[in-house]
Amino acid sequence: MESRIDNRKFKRATRRELLKLAPVLAVGAFAIPGFQEPLLKVGLEFSDWASAKLFRSGHLAPTFADSEVAPLEKFPINGYDVEDPGVDLDKWTLSVTGAIQQPGDYKLAQFQSLPRVRQNTRHVCVEGWDVIGRFGGARLSDFLQMIGADTTARFVSVECADDYYESLDMATALHPQTLLCYEMYDQPLTREHGAPVRLQIPTKVGYKQAKYLTALKVTNVLSRVGYWEDQGYSSFYGL
Amino acid sequence: MHEAVVEIESPKTGVVEKAAYEHPWAVRFCHWLNAVALLVMVASGFQIFRAFPSFSAKIPQKDLLNWPKAFTLGGWLGGGLQWHLTWVWIYVGTGLFYLGYQICSGNYRQVLFTPRDVAGVWPMLHYYFFFGPKPVIREVYNPLQKLAYTSALGLGILSVLTGIAVWKPVQFSWLAWMMGGFHWARIWHFAVMWAILFFLLGHLVMVVLHGWSNFASMLTGWKKNPEYLSREPVP
Repeated sequence: MESRIDNRKFKRATRRELLKLAPVLAVGAFAIPGFQEPLLKVGLEFSDWASAKLFRSGHLAPTFADSEVAPLEKFPINGYDVEDPGVDLDKWTLSVTGAIQQPGDYKLAQFQSLPRVRQNTRHVCVEGWDVIGRFGGARLSDFLQMIGADTTARFVSVECADDYYESLDMATALHPQTLLCYEMYDQPLTREHGAPVRLQIPTKVGYKQAKYLTALKVTNVLSRVGYWEDQGYSSFYGL
Repeated sequence: MHEAVVEIESPKTGVVEKAAYEHPWAVRFCHWLNAVALLVMVASGFQIFRAFPSFSAKIPQKDLLNWPKAFTLGGWLGGGLQWHLTWVWIYVGTGLFYLGYQICSGNYRQVLFTPRDVAGVWPMLHYYFFFGPKPVIREVYNPLQKLAYTSALGLGILSVLTGIAVWKPVQFSWLAWMMGGFHWARIWHFAVMWAILFFLLGHLVMVVLHGWSNFASMLTGWKKNPEYLSREPVP
């Protein structure tokens, strides 16, 4: 049995139903210039928070057989400004500061004295391309142990010869696949790939894997996050 | 006024029309929020794609298509990512709310494509595309509609799963592995988007063809004189 109503009552009812959709208009805030930027900032920060929660220290990035590795000449070079900042490889040292017991300038030989790890992993660029490469170096976690770093600190930040800079959350810094990389394809790192030492982090997107390192700091406070992050890229961007 | 069907009488003319309450608030709310979210995800996705409009290797790079800037959102790669990684939560949240509502309320029954709808698909296609006779419409959604909307929901789920594999190919390495690795996950993500856009095109054509009363039902919930009611004998 259907109820019978007059059409004015029906119109009122449908108008009420229409008004109930008004909450959808709240997304219009994204169109207001003053709101847009903070809203997107909150959204990106939430994504970064979720990313950090999803990161598992014991979970390894997939590794690949030698036959799946792209040849070195097909491995893209994506410096942000110069491909060779002119590092004096003979005199190079890494200046290490912050929450550590033995600050100082560390030579390449000191990294090479740590256990050498070689891994075939996928390098994923924020632009969307990916390439499987072969990398070798010392675990950042071994180095942090060697220098007596306070691993309860929140970040490891690095500076580069080309004034690029980056930072890592401590959980990622301690991940067993996070390398202070001084080799690609079993050869010393070439200048355009970041000689003498770069970060190689299979659990992070490419721009976090800074080249031509000159300084490293263990810290709880970051005055700046990273070259791209400070322009609006994700701070965490874990894969 | 929560009855499924009412008769509306015009006091002036005495004409009696019928109207059915087809779309509960939650469905309409999710529909419109998702419509906005989908467009934001597609447009910001195109902006992201412009950074590497290719599925080959970076060296040598062969561009597939440099999507026109006019269809993008975010202005640059970082901006596109900000929109994409912000709105994905609205997109996913809307989807979960919709699914939860449909399941808990039982409303899914009017739209979910089930085996008993299979037989009715061809007659609808025959009618729409090959000038066949018009099948008798007995329900809110005909079998072809159920198939289309159920598929669209499946595509929505796939868009999220492929997106997770692109965003987190390490933490969800099993998901990326199922899709053939990160490289293929990115291709699938792109393909699913086009499938959704194809659905959207068909959806919009149908909305235009079916007129105002049908369109208004997604705004107010009520559809005047739906076909399946006009067939009922008037008491």
